[in-house]
Amino acid sequence: MKIAVCIKQVVTRDWPLRVDETGQWVRDRDASFEMNEPDAYALEEALRLKERHGGEVVVCSAGPSRVSQVLREALARGADRAIHVESDALATADTLTVGKVLADALRGEAPDLVLTGLQSDDQGFGQTGVVVAELLRIAHSTIIMEVQISGEDHIRVKRELEGGWFQWVVMPTPALLTIQSGINQLRYATLRGIMAAKKKEVRKVEPEVATGEFSQVVVDLYVPEKGKKTRFIEGSSTEAARELVRALREDVSVF
Amino acid sequence: MILVVAEQREGVMNRVSWEAVVAAQEMAVQGFGPIKVVVMGSTVAGVADEVAAAEVAEVLVLDHPALEPYTSDGFVRALSQVVDAENPDVVVFPHTYQTRDYAATLATRNQRTLVTDCIGIKSGPDGVLFVRPMFQGKFVADVAVRGPVPHFVSFQIAAYRADAVARGVAIAPTRRVEIALDVANIRQRPEAPFKEAKQAVDLTQAERIVAVGRGIKEQEHLPVIQKLAQALGAEVAASRPICDTGWLPMDRQVGSSGQTVAPKLYLAIGISGAIQHLVGMKGARTIVAVNKDPDAPIFEVADYGIVGDLFEVVPALTAALGD
Repeated sequence: MKIAVCIKQVVTRDWPLRVDETGQWVRDRDASFEMNEPDAYALEEALRLKERHGGEVVVCSAGPSRVSQVLREALARGADRAIHVESDALATADTLTVGKVLADALRGEAPDLVLTGLQSDDQGFGQTGVVVAELLRIAHSTIIMEVQISGEDHIRVKRELEGGWFQWVVMPTPALLTIQSGINQLRYATLRGIMAAKKKEVRKVEPEVATGEFSQVVVDLYVPEKGKKTRFIEGSSTEAARELVRALREDVSVF
Repeated sequence: MILVVAEQREGVMNRVSWEAVVAAQEMAVQGFGPIKVVVMGSTVAGVADEVAAAEVAEVLVLDHPALEPYTSDGFVRALSQVVDAENPDVVVFPHTYQTRDYAATLATRNQRTLVTDCIGIKSGPDGVLFVRPMFQGKFVADVAVRGPVPHFVSFQIAAYRADAVARGVAIAPTRRVEIALDVANIRQRPEAPFKEAKQAVDLTQAERIVAVGRGIKEQEHLPVIQKLAQALGAEVAASRPICDTGWLPMDRQVGSSGQTVAPKLYLAIGISGAIQHLVGMKGARTIVAVNKDPDAPIFEVADYGIVGDLFEVVPALTAALGD
């Protein structure tokens, strides 16, 4: 079974982000980056499926040259090969643009399964996987919490629904699944994995990306306005704690 | 023309679909033209009648046995026919797990993208702007849509108030739309929905909740939170990542994939406040946030905030409660 995993590189979660001088994106030139967490769960699921059923795991990422870092990371965790779809314009591209270059890169690979995280921690559109499935003309299902390989050409997957409900769905392969965080426990790269990754293939694809054709564009990025007037309690931890307990008791009487 | 895709389950339209109708009514004022609402499924006449009482131009009914149960292939094939026939300027969805499964497919089929998760609409010199959170809610973006219509947008839960829906002076006409849909073309075969083993904790009934997020860093630190909860007579809850790592069971999770709670007091400890968490707790009467990052989005919904190290503040709170 050949499994492709689409991963995204995003700014590290704890990085103190600020809006950049264009007012349309974050200042990320000096930021540190990491693998988008939901994609890390998708990669882990692919590695586990390979361990159970055999085959190959190919990781694919679209973005500037810096995204080779997450591809190396994925190879160190156990992926077999990587495809880097490289273009600076992909860092802020819309999902159809990203979907098209990913689908183009994967089409020749003809994977049995394509996995990706259900959304990204930066743009958070939550649709790249669904778009890639449509462009590859393969079946898909989203927000998956378990994957079963049932027979030669079918899979059975557990979809998370709202309010604690779940549902099993059977579909033919090839198929694309967007993976929910928490489906498995993540592994980390071992020193041996890191060494082995150095010898693994990273194939580079450089598509033409027309930035003028994006169908949605951020015209203004800003810190959200507060919906409520927050009373910030200052002072030492002990002072702040005492004042908060007093306010909760006397001002809003919640206990 | 605005086409709203309403979502129903067992003949009841969900609240977020009413919210999407309210969003569409605001867009109508901004010049997007009349509203048509499409109701789809099998035996959905009751829902159609309910929607027809709202101030909308028309209700379209897609009643087909192949639309029940829901499948992405079935819904995309059905809605493609409606979009082609009605030629809307914008298609509006509620942002639900169901629309997240198929709305982007429909958009892609039209060579468009979906503006997901919108929380508002603005009018700018370039026309309408859709307001949506980015970077886990740390920022908000005004997004312009470019290129040919239709545009596709989805509205986040509680972005608009369902009870603000404008009623029509007359009942809107209802039209049954015939669609060609062959079950053989539907690739997904869904089984019946189910719940995991009965939830041990019903957080919706809790009067006070102490919720913990990534800021706790290690599972070994959880007793700090549990002691505070005990001192407050509160239930312990968590944001999704804490349950993903197995540090607390899934039935302690608050947010769009967990429970939606509205206690008298909600203490968010080390929770940054991604939109998926906020939708599950912003109905709490009093919200307290403790976080080391003064810019954390959780403070947007907090009544009281303490900016500081939770490992100092939480034990101090527990001690102060004992005084």
